[in-house]
Amino acid sequence: MTELDLTADVLVAGGGPAGAWAAIKAAEAGADVILVDKGYLGTSGATAAAGTGVWYVRPEPAARERAMASREGLGGYLADREWMARVLDQTYANMNELAEVSRYPFPVGEDGAQIRRGLQGPEYMRRMRVRARRAGVRILDHSPVTELLVDPDGAVAGAAGHRRRHDRAYRVRAGAVVLATGGCAFLSKALGCDVNTGDGALFAAEAGAEMSGMEFSNAYAIAPEFTSVTKTAFYSYATFYHEDGSVLEGAGSTRGRSVIARALLSERVFCRIDRADEEVRRAMRLAQPNFFLPFDRQGIDPFAELFPVTLLAEGTVRGTGGIRLTGFDCSTSVPGLYAAGDAATREPICGGFTGGGSHNAAWAMSSGTWAGQAAARHARALGAGSARRPARGAGGAGLRPSAGARQPYREVVEAVQREVLPYEKNYLRHGARLAPALAALDQIWAQARRALHADGAEVARARSAAAMAAHARWMYASALTRTESRGMHKREDFPRQDPGQHYRIVSGGLDEVWTAPEPGLISVAAAS
Amino acid sequence: MIEIVSRGRCIACDKCVEVCPTGVFDHGPDGVPLIARQSDCQTCFMCEAYCPADALFVAPRAHPLPEPPDEADLAERGLLGSYRRQIGWGHGRTPGALLAVGPPLPDAGGAVPAASPADVIIS
Ligand SMILES: Cc1cc2nc3c(=O)[nH]c(=O)nc-3n(C[C@H](O)[C@H](O)[C@H](O)COP(=O)(O)OP(=O)(O)OC[C@H]3O[C@@H](n4cnc5c(N)ncnc54)[C@H](O)[C@@H]3O)c2cc1C
Ligand code: SF4
Ligand code: SF4
Repeated sequence: MTELDLTADVLVAGGGPAGAWAAIKAAEAGADVILVDKGYLGTSGATAAAGTGVWYVRPEPAARERAMASREGLGGYLADREWMARVLDQTYANMNELAEVSRYPFPVGEDGAQIRRGLQGPEYMRRMRVRARRAGVRILDHSPVTELLVDPDGAVAGAAGHRRRHDRAYRVRAGAVVLATGGCAFLSKALGCDVNTGDGALFAAEAGAEMSGMEFSNAYAIAPEFTSVTKTAFYSYATFYHEDGSVLEGAGSTRGRSVIARALLSERVFCRIDRADEEVRRAMRLAQPNFFLPFDRQGIDPFAELFPVTLLAEGTVRGTGGIRLTGFDCSTSVPGLYAAGDAATREPICGGFTGGGSHNAAWAMSSGTWAGQAAARHARALGAGSARRPARGAGGAGLRPSAGARQPYREVVEAVQREVLPYEKNYLRHGARLAPALAALDQIWAQARRALHADGAEVARARSAAAMAAHARWMYASALTRTESRGMHKREDFPRQDPGQHYRIVSGGLDEVWTAPEPGLISVAAAS
Repeated sequence: MIEIVSRGRCIACDKCVEVCPTGVFDHGPDGVPLIARQSDCQTCFMCEAYCPADALFVAPRAHPLPEPPDEADLAERGLLGSYRRQIGWGHGRTPGALLAVGPPLPDAGGAVPAASPADVIIS
């Protein structure tokens, strides 16, 4: 069947909150916008399935100061005050728009005012879809992007992909592209995350962009054993146990999560949410109904009974690494290419740590807004013919194998998973384990570059496999470069924070992966 | 994972086919969707949220059950459509979002924040 050939001013890849805000704001700025999603705008991505707390802080100087100061240490002082202030402003505005424009049904507090600090995923993203449609955004669901298009000068000029339900290739030529494809959770089956395979980072690198903070990619979340529900907030009311019922000392949902990981290497770990009183239990059910699905459906009373838990990898979804940004407009080092949400680095506001909520959601809506607006400006500045520039596909691994052989994507996925999912490799990091894992990943990449290939709708899967391999290599190369412990990156062989390494680490490259420190960019109030 | 499309309940509206982010369903010959790619199911429960007929059941296990659960038993236990009910979707229901005020939670550093009883950090 012939390819579907479209043009637009702005193409947004990804329909989670970052992509939805980008598309809406680009359209409101006057651009003709197409949004394409691998899944479905409204249900796809981490937010839709999980729901999020939001970093919503009233514009009062003392409250803002507290909010900014609260995470700086945890993030290893790699966040930036100016970015934080901007994100707090933008998030405040967007949350208020959600209330006023989208009529999101926020709960009302005792003082009669709406409480705007949390969003239930299905409700939020359903409303974002409605608003995008009203703004005139053309939406292509089930249409994963498989590569970027670049013009003869190397500027990004659109993207190509595949429409799964129609089994038909498409391309969209555009003046500018926003990558909002989420982070990479390595198909670990963490809640809502299997669509997040790091595709945007691969596409960006193929066009010449860099990553930043890829060592901060070892988020692991608690879930009841054998389930997908990685909602972790309520485990702060839990106690963790050995199989014999004795307490697992030091284990906890925030600071003591590595204790759980270490225990899981040799035994099962059990849990009971036994520190929640009746009132707290009731509030939990109302706040996060999906947290209880595994319990209610398996006949477990989590407040009274011990149940086994596991840790699932969430990689850069609740890590902070991603595509490096070059300005407050969420531009990248490639002209015409913007990045937002988990696809972009979140170091500007989180440094090297996120996890326990709020900042990610604030980042998604703020960076999405700026990326969309800037993409619209860029397209306008290029002028009317910009979407008709000659453009060629920039994709490599999984799309244009350099040798004739054929390697199925499953083989690559499983090989990458063997190097990134085990706790002893990615979570409990040590140079003696990271180095051989990186060497193995380099082999996996080289082989995939030669032979990974698929046809039709399977092309997107091959590209996801390639993206996971690329992601894993930037992660471990950065993790080996940072010979200290900072943020969520903890090295057993370098347990301390080293003041001499108070900088971000940039990485990139595909056949040859490189890393480099990026000193002198961070405006912090406190020193490390 | 998705385990059940109830032939008795399904009204063949195609919603689940449309909204499943990982494309698990195909249109069935008689309008009732087929679970065509169960192994792609990411156990996100979104199809259940959208199904107007409470015809779907997603088991919380991230791997297929040896045998699909018994539909009549699930119905009896009130589990068919329970997620949709809890988030308050469907005619005449109160949106769950309106009631979603969680318990106080410690911040990421482990300290319980004072004076934020109505915090709704969802993680
Ligand atoms: C269980 C859980 C709980 C969380 N809780 C919180 C919280 O309380 N507070 C908080 O701040 N954050 C939280 N987070 C993190 C938060 O959900 C993410 O930071 C947020 O969803 C990022 O938004 P996004 O739009 O960048 O990515 P996503 O929401 O993941 O969306 C990415 C989108 O891109 C699409 N896509 C992927 N690849 C392609 C491709 N090749 N072509 C086209 N489309 C593509 C996907 O289908 C998806 O729709 C949580 C995450 C999880 C997993
Ligand atoms: S649970 Fe999620 S992934 Fe599975 S069938 Fe339903 S919508 Fe699709
Ligand atoms: S959403 Fe429900 S009623 Fe509609 S087709 Fe799917 S199973 Fe049938």
